[in-house]
Amino acid sequence: MKSGDDGKLPRPTRRGFLKGGLAAGGLIAAAGGVRAESDPANLPPNVADWSRYLGAGVDAAPYGMPSEYESNVVRRSVEWLTASRESSINFTPLHDLDGIITPNGLCFERHHGGVAEVAPTDYRLMINGLVDKELVFTLDDLKRFPRVNRIYFLECAANSGMEWRGAQLNGCQFTHGMIHNVMYTGVPLRYLLEEAGLKTNAKWLMPEGGDAAGMNRSLPLEKALDDCMIAFKMNGEALRPEQGYPARLVVPGWEGNMWVKWIRRIEVGDEPWHAREETSKYTDLLADGRARRFTWVMDAKSVVTSPSPQAPITHGKGFTVLTGVAWSGRGRVTRVDVTTDGGRNWHQARIDGPSLDKSMHRFYYEFDWDGSDLLVQSRAYDDTGYVQPTKDELRAVRGTNSIYHNNGIQTWHVKANGEVENVEIS
Amino acid sequence: MSKFREHFSRLAGVAVVACVISVPAVAGKLGIGTEATPEEVAGWDIDVRPDGQGLPEGEGSVTDGEAVFAERCAACHGDFAEGVDRWPVLAGGRDTLKSQNPVKTVGSYWPYLSTVYDYIHRAMPFGDAQSLTPDETYGIVAYLLYMNDIVTDEEFVLSKENFTSIRMPNEGNFIDDDRPDTPLASAQEPCMSDCKADVKITKRAVVIDVTPEGEEPDGGSVD
Repeated sequence: MKSGDDGKLPRPTRRGFLKGGLAAGGLIAAAGGVRAESDPANLPPNVADWSRYLGAGVDAAPYGMPSEYESNVVRRSVEWLTASRESSINFTPLHDLDGIITPNGLCFERHHGGVAEVAPTDYRLMINGLVDKELVFTLDDLKRFPRVNRIYFLECAANSGMEWRGAQLNGCQFTHGMIHNVMYTGVPLRYLLEEAGLKTNAKWLMPEGGDAAGMNRSLPLEKALDDCMIAFKMNGEALRPEQGYPARLVVPGWEGNMWVKWIRRIEVGDEPWHAREETSKYTDLLADGRARRFTWVMDAKSVVTSPSPQAPITHGKGFTVLTGVAWSGRGRVTRVDVTTDGGRNWHQARIDGPSLDKSMHRFYYEFDWDGSDLLVQSRAYDDTGYVQPTKDELRAVRGTNSIYHNNGIQTWHVKANGEVENVEIS
Repeated sequence: MSKFREHFSRLAGVAVVACVISVPAVAGKLGIGTEATPEEVAGWDIDVRPDGQGLPEGEGSVTDGEAVFAERCAACHGDFAEGVDRWPVLAGGRDTLKSQNPVKTVGSYWPYLSTVYDYIHRAMPFGDAQSLTPDETYGIVAYLLYMNDIVTDEEFVLSKENFTSIRMPNEGNFIDDDRPDTPLASAQEPCMSDCKADVKITKRAVVIDVTPEGEEPDGGSVD
């Protein structure tokens, strides 16, 4: 049987598929699992052109890009979410990725005043306030401190925020893609603070961005001394401009808003500042009209990335790989359970690859699909005993207007034809 | 410094126990960095706290603020801070926080006036940040207080001196993070088999059909 002969899904031509994929935010095209027709001329017993003729030489791409056949693997945005493109969000294509490392060019973006274009020679980091000596560091200065390498997830506090009231966006890129997971290289923040010398009444820090939003947050000193970093590399290369080039704050396990990009200053104080980003925003409104503030940590969470609405099952019934990602801001993920029948029965998934503190984990569950409808969910646990709750459990405590910190269990409805839909179930 | 060293060595001790990978040991200062001059600090240190720390000298009246607001802010936020199109609403929304569609504004939601000054000065107007003088900023803040009925006298003048006497209506309604707020696995082992009798689909994203360029939904949004 020729591949693509089962007739259960529309099979657009590759040209049409790629064209659609390049359209702004086109979701139909985002169904990355739909394969193009094969060209028989390239298949055995024929010998394909690439087996006969020379390919490009070594200098064709001084900085290499993905295969043209992967051009649908891109960040996408949802325009109605925000009023401007400069204070907005886009989404990592989780459904097309595997492993735990997010490629730099696919890491989601969240800016409040656009991307600051900072010249590295003009970069300065100031430490002032309750210190013995107020200091200014150049980028070269930062690179003279002892360095560490750490893999951490960065999740926007608003990830899945559009789903508080129900199933709304159809694809894990949109429901869960405000996250990336990379290896950071940088300086432990405590080295810089020690260089300045903290006064005895120092209790809080205020990291501040050098962008036009002047992003500022209050950070308790304990966290700063524990595991925060000033990072200047991600996945081995310099930070991307949209990720804070040339230096950003890394706040492991805590909401992405605090990971101040283009960081230009850290003030040391004895009280929090109650900046706009920790009063008007990044506070979580409860049903009784009160609001939680300083909800820093990102709780344990997971999502099945395939099958998912953008990654339907295209091979028909039979052996099937289900995969997804899990993470916790409180520590390591120790276990992920998966159900295919809407939570009636659960199976322990297989975590593969590194299991690191406050990092993304990759899980798999292989099963023999009989072609019937599935209701797929995943449920993560971390090493503090926290278990990922259902959305209904969260709503019972918080109502539906919190915007932030939605780590509820996601449900995908896999239909008999392999298409997948974002749903909620009883 | 002594407290820091104490804290530092305590944390370092914890790290050795908890992590396989250790952090390179640094004995004291490395002599890296340059002392900041008072001028450098003054140029960048722009933050304002609820207790008034960081407020510059200056003042502005409601009417001063109305004029600046009309020129610099109203194109996006409306003449009366009511918001234009999708741009943020800055006034109104009182008594909506428990409703299905809360309107979170300076007057209905923000706990501290200092945040209004700090944010407007550091980040507004959108696209021309840090262009407002202290007097202009005081005036805009005074105008927003007036638009939110927090001050009712059109002759009101906001200044460094009287700034901290203004209290915001919603200040008392913020609580510190009290999670975890759902059952822990350590307390109750989650069910693994025969957990439910029946399962029904209750909501579907395809019915709403807003991914990603459809109609604006009634559901949740982020901003």
